[in-house]
Amino acid sequence: MSGDPRDEIVEHLPALRAFALSLTRNGALADDMVQDSLVKAWTKIDSYQPGTNMRAWLFTILRNTYYSNRRKAGREVADVDGIYTASLSEKPAHDGRLQMTDFHAAFAKLNDEQREALILVGASGFSYEEAANMCGVAVGTIKSRTNRARARLAQLMHLDMGEALEMTDGATLAVISGNRTASVG
Amino acid sequence: MAQDRNKARQSQVIDENLKRVYQDMLDEKVPDRFLDLLSQLKQQQENGNHEGSK
Repeated sequence: MSGDPRDEIVEHLPALRAFALSLTRNGALADDMVQDSLVKAWTKIDSYQPGTNMRAWLFTILRNTYYSNRRKAGREVADVDGIYTASLSEKPAHDGRLQMTDFHAAFAKLNDEQREALILVGASGFSYEEAANMCGVAVGTIKSRTNRARARLAQLMHLDMGEALEMTDGATLAVISGNRTASVG
Repeated sequence: MAQDRNKARQSQVIDENLKRVYQDMLDEKVPDRFLDLLSQLKQQQENGNHEGSK
């Protein structure tokens, strides 16, 4: 006797909200997206194959909602939490625990696709293959998005890991110093 | 090789912080509106079934 798979949706609510929040970085917008996604999931349950990863299915619905709204809006959603960006200056503590406001600010500076890849692979524990399926792109694309996202975060957080900066090649150094100069004005 | 190690260490630090941020979001209480919405949808469906829609 198999129950209605829709009864399982509730178990994924916290994850769905976390994913929505990561994408939008805006609580109200995230909750509106979760609401839309829940209604879609409920009415389109036939497109869910029982036994497959329901969380991945729900995330896919949510990201499709997000990107279709973004397309309608005609441009990428602005940096809504730009206030944080101003505080993006401190170096991380030596134990590797970053200042959370700084991390949020750096995270918000990634583009949507990079942020999404990093959340799916780095935080939610999806495999590259699963994330690629959900985003409708090649596995290599997800890999390069996560790598670029990590590199960008490291750069924004001045996460140079001591000698790491010395090991960095000249081109990267130029980019880093160029960005610093640019951000100072 | 040292560069690879540093890169791996960087990724590790980033992912650890990322997981902490994500976990904070997971720990947030789910607003009642979503639970209400789900029970409404279920209610509608059950009413529909009673009216004989297949």
